[in-house]
Amino acid sequence: MKATVYVTIKQNVLDPQGTAVQGALHSMGFAEVDKVRIGKYLELTLDTDDRAEAEQRVRAMCEKLLANTVVEDYSFELEG
Amino acid sequence: MKFAVIVFPGSNCDIDCFKAVEETIGQSVDYVWHTATDLSGYDAILVPGGFSYGDYLRCGAIARFAPVMSEVVKAAEAGKFVLGICNGFQILTEAGLLPGALLRNRDLKFLCHQSPLEVVNAATPFTNQYTQGEVISIPIAHGEGNYYCDDETLERLKANNQIVFRYANDENPNGSLHDIAGICNERGNVVGMMPHPERAVDQLLGSEDGKRMFTSILNAWREQHGAAVNS
Repeated sequence: MKATVYVTIKQNVLDPQGTAVQGALHSMGFAEVDKVRIGKYLELTLDTDDRAEAEQRVRAMCEKLLANTVVEDYSFELEG
Repeated sequence: MKFAVIVFPGSNCDIDCFKAVEETIGQSVDYVWHTATDLSGYDAILVPGGFSYGDYLRCGAIARFAPVMSEVVKAAEAGKFVLGICNGFQILTEAGLLPGALLRNRDLKFLCHQSPLEVVNAATPFTNQYTQGEVISIPIAHGEGNYYCDDETLERLKANNQIVFRYANDENPNGSLHDIAGICNERGNVVGMMPHPERAVDQLLGSEDGKRMFTSILNAWREQHGAAVNS
């Protein structure tokens, strides 16, 4: 089974990288860009067929290690 | 008094911390590898700066699960002195020993220069040789020192006098919330700070204002163990 995990900085927390990229896009003429948020994309292959168990385990991985829930949100999708 | 300097793969201020203890207060100090499982023989634990585990994923995220960290938590719970400097501060927040998190610097740059700090709380075991409100000069060297916590946590930090150092003279180098440079836990025996006192122990290094952090720790330990104890 494959898990795709997205980790993003919480909406109320400043994302200096996103702000810098927004500035670059503006200076290139992409004036329509309102806001840029940069996050992480992780692909995990899991040695299991049990979807319910995988969901529970990936959630635990996110809570414990993959995201710092003080400043980050996470979401994930399971495939296969 | 016995000090441990924790060494993770990627630590790079461990030698500075070790030498600072030796040269400022001449106490016993050991390097302790991240795989160690017993810190019971130590009175103070220094978690040094660097790039533990390459800072992969997030600064301190992987180091926080090193075997030695459960011992650091135990030492903190036992009331021993735990000081996290720079990457050490990041590790202590990831481990939940200190509230909040350290984000990328506001201007995305790695900053490496002397920084004036206000001693906001001179009553901790780490700062008792300073005066409240005193401004000292300690170097910073970090890319991710932008302290963040939610409003509720900030109010709690203020109410409990847990803000130990703030960037002074209106010079907030990294965008840190409330100009915070260092904080302690509620009990006051765990401190985390982004600036490097171990790099400010001799005028040749540009400042010796960091010395008193080490003399403070020894002083606090002696007070705890009776003034007659000399080592």
